[in-house]
Amino acid sequence: MTDWRPPLVLVGAWLGLLALLALTVTLAYVPLGAGNAVVSLAIGTIKAALVAAIFMELRHRGGLTLVFAGAGLFWLGILLWLGSMDFLTRT
Amino acid sequence: MWVFIATEVLLFGGLILAYFVYRHAFPQGFAEGSRHTEIVIGTANTAVLLTSSFLVAWAVEIFSPATTRIVTWLLVGAACLGLVFIALKGIEYSREYDEHLVPGIDFQFAGPLANGVQLFFIFYFIATAIHALHMLIGICLLVTLATICRRAPTTRHHTALHSAALYWHFVDVVWIFLFALIYLPGRSS
Amino acid sequence: MSETNYLTTDYTLRSWFLTTDHKRIAILYFASLIFFFFIGGAAATAMRIELATPQADLVSSDAYNRLFTMHGIIMVWFFLIPSIPNTLGNFIVPLMIGARDLAFPRLNLMSWYIFMLGGSTTLFAIFAGGIDTGWTFYTPFSTLYSNSYVIVAAAGVFIAGFSSILTGLNFIVTIHRLRAPGLTWYRLPLFLWSLYATSVILVLATPVLAITLLLMATERFFGVGIFDPRIGGDPLLFQHLFWFYSHPAVYIMILPGMGVINELVSCFSRKQVFGYKFVAWCSLAIAAVGFLVWGHHMFVSGQSLVASLVFSFMSFIVAVPSAIKVFNWTATLHKGSIHFDAPMLYALAFIGLFTIGGLTGLFLACLAFDVHATDTYFVVAHFHYIMVGGMVTAYFGGLHYWWPKITGRLYSEYWARTAAVLIFFGFNLTFFPQFILGAEGMPRRYHVYPPEFQVWNVLSSGGAAILAVAYLMPLFYLGYSAFFGKRAPANPWDAPGLEWQTSSPPPEFNFTTQPLVTRAPYQYNEAFEAKPQNA
Repeated sequence: MTDWRPPLVLVGAWLGLLALLALTVTLAYVPLGAGNAVVSLAIGTIKAALVAAIFMELRHRGGLTLVFAGAGLFWLGILLWLGSMDFLTRT
Repeated sequence: MWVFIATEVLLFGGLILAYFVYRHAFPQGFAEGSRHTEIVIGTANTAVLLTSSFLVAWAVEIFSPATTRIVTWLLVGAACLGLVFIALKGIEYSREYDEHLVPGIDFQFAGPLANGVQLFFIFYFIATAIHALHMLIGICLLVTLATICRRAPTTRHHTALHSAALYWHFVDVVWIFLFALIYLPGRSS
Repeated sequence: MSETNYLTTDYTLRSWFLTTDHKRIAILYFASLIFFFFIGGAAATAMRIELATPQADLVSSDAYNRLFTMHGIIMVWFFLIPSIPNTLGNFIVPLMIGARDLAFPRLNLMSWYIFMLGGSTTLFAIFAGGIDTGWTFYTPFSTLYSNSYVIVAAAGVFIAGFSSILTGLNFIVTIHRLRAPGLTWYRLPLFLWSLYATSVILVLATPVLAITLLLMATERFFGVGIFDPRIGGDPLLFQHLFWFYSHPAVYIMILPGMGVINELVSCFSRKQVFGYKFVAWCSLAIAAVGFLVWGHHMFVSGQSLVASLVFSFMSFIVAVPSAIKVFNWTATLHKGSIHFDAPMLYALAFIGLFTIGGLTGLFLACLAFDVHATDTYFVVAHFHYIMVGGMVTAYFGGLHYWWPKITGRLYSEYWARTAAVLIFFGFNLTFFPQFILGAEGMPRRYHVYPPEFQVWNVLSSGGAAILAVAYLMPLFYLGYSAFFGKRAPANPWDAPGLEWQTSSPPPEFNFTTQPLVTRAPYQYNEAFEAKPQNA
């Protein structure tokens, strides 16, 4: 009757995610200037990475899956990079 | 399935580009708009979604003919948490409506920051509405799978469950970013 | 014919409209696309008739706006983007890789229904009164000022986008999973490499179009100012998002065409494609770099100078893989045993027209020249050389090449060659004068023009008349051959591809035995040498 229990790594990820959530909400109230945005997005990225690696089992997946997951991110990067380039360099 | 998720990343990517461009143009207005969102509900909803994702991941991990009952319950639980999320979202929307914060229907905001705040709320409503739509689809998927798994679990169902779980986690990831972009800015000032 | 094939298994309507056979779905697409092609073509014809004289004598300026919008929307989203992938691709991909069907046959049928739903929605918008924004739906005109069916048309395009995404997804998974034993990546015909690259773009770019149109429709419907400068929005954001999709969409249209040309050039010069790996990876390079250049549509829109410079530079880079392909095709022809069959005539036309279109694209990538040429007929001529001279020609070439496989019949070679030559001639007569008009400064999208431009416009309209006739011709001789043509053998071109090893038309599940692949594609020498021994 042990085979239905959740693996420890899942529980760990879950608790870790909730802890990060608490951390990010707390930090949002600490005045850090521009640092606030950086911190909230960094924590968001860590949380997303946790979900992807552990819940979505990306850490067990082979090269092809990683390529496609990476492709999505890469093209998102292109969109954000070239898209914001115009607005950041307006005179 | 990962190809499909790449598609979805880009769908939300367009919105996020719009967000960054306008946040760059109206930093004050976006901070002001963000202060008008319901951080309690937002945080609660994040916790709800993370937990729901955890239940689904659990179900995928232990899936086998011997564990159908518990898998079914886990999926039903995850779907219920999804409904909780939608319900809380509904409460949040109605409060924002009461505060005249819905652009296009009833938006009143005085002061020099009005433009930025309005753009912020346009982003807020479009992004959360699309996300909620994804949630509804996900809930339907989970319920369907729960019914199927109860009857006759096979390897094919395992694959289907895997795909649905990936989708559900992805919706979770989107929310993680939306949460950071919508609720957190401007809290410290 | 004793054995049954996919056309003769069942004759009921139900067996067509609920089919999951990729070959029948390809035919469904084919019929729908012919329909859309001639609607879009009718709009173009009306425009060219109007432009034969400097005055407005056929349509008002408003009707003219609606005509070119209709032409653009129909041709881009309901003909060019689905043309080769959804008809030839649908039919040929499983045959080329030795599979029974695509990876998700029901999804394939669903995407046809989604496509038709999008198409009907757009047609409704057009016949209810039309759209006057141009195919680009630029804000704020589309959201604040236009009094036409913008939301309905955008909804049609939005819906059709899902069809594109599903098709792209289907092709990617099929090419990954269903290749016959022994068919490694470097043994894939180049048509598949280019379709794979196309699918990647479809999957990654189309969602951005979806969200862009959604934002635009929301702004118009609720009257909120997402892109409205009066309340702080930025119309350029719309343009950035729109072109993030729409520039890669150009490569969605041209890459499958390039893929077809590989097959044709190789087959009719009886040689391997020169530099196989270069051509294969160039397809993917075009798909990737194609995403980095969209800003060249916005040089005069007020984007920052830095952005313009970067986008201009990137646009030069993307020309490199395209040029590599052109050089490789010509190198393939070199010392080949060239046969001027009808598909080859189309292929040669493609190479010439695509080169002109591509080179003038380089002119436009130069900031200084683009400022002069923006929104003139130079741009119109440039993209028609790519889209029509390139893509449509390749489509016709591919259609002729695989026609015996699709229908099991041979068409009249005489009429096919005549049509190919007429298309080439009519096309150049239509669009070459437009380069001159554009260089002299005639702006696009006006139904009247100063009298000094009339000579070139008359030439262009005359060419359009020839082109219209030439495009109608295949409808007759191909249509005739489908019912009364001579029976085609399994391999009328003596080509080594897997698709030629099954009968024409193929049986319902494509192959009677699972094919095994033991060599690289395009081994024409062996096929050629083997022939006398068999004879």
